[in-house]
Amino acid sequence: MSIIENILLAISGLRSAKMRSLLTMLGIIIGIGSVIAIVTIGNAMTAAVTGQFSSFGIRNIDVGLYSKTGSYGTPSESDLLSMESIERFAERFAGKVDAYTLQESVGMGTAKDGRKYANVRVMGVNDGFAIAQNFKLQQGRFLNLREVKGTKNMAVVSDRLVTNLFPPNQSPLGQEIKVTIMNEIHTFTIVGVYKYEASAYEMNMGSEKDIMTMMYIPVSTAKRIAGTEEGYDYITVTASETADPTQLGMEIEEYFAKEYGRNQRYGIITYSMQSMLTEITTVMDTLKLAISIIAGISLLVGGIGVMNIMLVSVTERTREIGTRKALGARNSAIRIQFIVEAMIICLIGGIIGIILGLAMGFGGFSLMRSAMALDGFNASPDVSVIVVAVLFSMGIGVFFGYYPANKAAKLDPIEALRYE
Amino acid sequence: MDNLDNLDTEKRSIIEMDGVIKRFYIDTPNELTILKGISMSVREGEFLSIVGASGSGKSTLMNIIGALDRPTEGTYILGGENIQKMNTNKLSDVRNRRIGFVFQTFNLIPRTNALKNVELPMLYSGIPFMERTRRAKELLKTVGMEDRMKHLPSELSGGQKQRVAIARAMANDPDIILADEPTGALDTETGRMVMDIFHKLNREQGKTILLITHNPELAAETDRILTISDGEIIGEEILNATEDTGEIREEGEAAQ
Ligand SMILES: Nc1ncnc2c1ncn2[C@@H]1O[C@H](COP(=O)(O)OP(=O)(O)OP(=O)(O)O)[C@@H](O)[C@H]1O
Ligand SMILES: [Mg+2]
Repeated sequence: MSIIENILLAISGLRSAKMRSLLTMLGIIIGIGSVIAIVTIGNAMTAAVTGQFSSFGIRNIDVGLYSKTGSYGTPSESDLLSMESIERFAERFAGKVDAYTLQESVGMGTAKDGRKYANVRVMGVNDGFAIAQNFKLQQGRFLNLREVKGTKNMAVVSDRLVTNLFPPNQSPLGQEIKVTIMNEIHTFTIVGVYKYEASAYEMNMGSEKDIMTMMYIPVSTAKRIAGTEEGYDYITVTASETADPTQLGMEIEEYFAKEYGRNQRYGIITYSMQSMLTEITTVMDTLKLAISIIAGISLLVGGIGVMNIMLVSVTERTREIGTRKALGARNSAIRIQFIVEAMIICLIGGIIGIILGLAMGFGGFSLMRSAMALDGFNASPDVSVIVVAVLFSMGIGVFFGYYPANKAAKLDPIEALRYE
Repeated sequence: MDNLDNLDTEKRSIIEMDGVIKRFYIDTPNELTILKGISMSVREGEFLSIVGASGSGKSTLMNIIGALDRPTEGTYILGGENIQKMNTNKLSDVRNRRIGFVFQTFNLIPRTNALKNVELPMLYSGIPFMERTRRAKELLKTVGMEDRMKHLPSELSGGQKQRVAIARAMANDPDIILADEPTGALDTETGRMVMDIFHKLNREQGKTILLITHNPELAAETDRILTISDGEIIGEEILNATEDTGEIREEGEAAQ
């Protein structure tokens, strides 16, 4: 008797008791379904969160002020990280830190040349920004340390701006542009051009021409334009390849603890992207484990349910078993028949579970995505988990089907035939 | 075998039973001896009936003959093979290839149509799908059930079920058909039809048929009647001197 024949036999058996078969499968469906759902959501979440973090830079550590008193007052200039203090720190952590990033947002502006214009968002940065963000330029170079320190009116602009303002054959490098920021006109010399890429996080209305792109200027220049105090309430540090960001964060906190030891109001705290990621991953893993345990229990209960229904089935079909034996079925043929039947129940349950689980996983993730603003990330089915789920459900069938099947196989043919 | 064959007028014996004893509840206070030393021999191509009161042990004997059970004591040789010495798998194979069972209660597999029921013994003997279906259809035709092939047992009358069961018993072309009260659940007319099929199989295909019956009229149609009482053969009545069965059997074999 071939396996295919056994499968057909089992299916015809199940077809005749659809409702009962479905109820029996329920435990398996719930078990497999919840595993698939949580794995789908978990993987998608991890991918989304990791993706978002790595777009910020996984090796980056935010070093910033925190209020020791818990009040949310504005720190005074003396509380802020001074340029000298930042440089001292950078020197002290030379081998462990690739770069540090200073940022000062100035706001929106418009670069104008007669009737031609380009919308920009002006951002003051230092030279470390290019390293930390792995910033790629199309033409020219990024702002250098001299320009950052010298409060120069230099700018790195997008190719979008270049297209808007310059004729196609003209090199924008070295060209001056006039930018209106907060009703004041400032003149900048272009030193570099980067390629603008639409990000999934921003929404741009209107025509392509109106797209607002980033314009990077020296942070000192930005502070002058914005009229903000000297010093920074936070900097971003990029850990070198060899340093562990989490460990480094603690070292940095220790270092600044001395410096801010006398400060009653403010201290320095670090947020490493990696440690946050680790935390999130840990939460996800715990969640996965919890669901897996629930799923495991439901699979166990499901398996016992399958065993129970198979035992009932064996009893109900005692005469049939007797007849089959009288017609020459070997014990092994009977055993295989019932094991295959249990396996098919579990397999169908498993497949329904996988489908439901995927549906729940995709649905659940899309809910979470809109709730957590993780646009641009999609859930995807994990093929290996699906394969494991299929094999596992078949395994449950074999495991829990064996005992009833063996009971059937060992029935005495005469007793079975006499069974009323 | 040879020593049996040299009884020239006698056909080869297919069943040789000597001092078969069957006990139940062995080694317990309520030990029961149901068969008390049965010795019998059945010739190939013989149509034998076994009669006796209820509880006399007919079915018990039939179970042993059909290799569903082993005797507690004594020897039973079926077609030259010693049944006692066989393991469970071997017994299954003997039932599958040499025996065709016909039961009083038909015992068709429910939820499985007539055709599939007839295919069943061939499924277990590993006959390929196409060949199996072809043969099953042919067999259903010989019992006049070709137009009910796709019907479930629950959609068939008693007589129709029994005809399907006979077709199924014939599936692997067995040497012996064992029929335990095959007409017991049928009215006279349908019982007649079933008997006619048995006669035909016996006559045309040379099948050895063992029939258990409570109906003396049906028993009287067979070649020989054995009467069992309380686990012992108490009478033998030879009805048809079968000098000519040899020819018929050869005809039957040639026809196959
Ligand atoms: N497995 C068993 N265990 C105990 N006793 C049994 C068993 N099988 C049969 N018997 C007993 O053996 C006796 C003979 O039973 P059997 O079925 O052979 O009778 P029978 O001649 O076929 O009767 P009937 O004509 O009613 O079918 C009965 O008394 C029965 O109770
Ligand atoms: Mg009986």
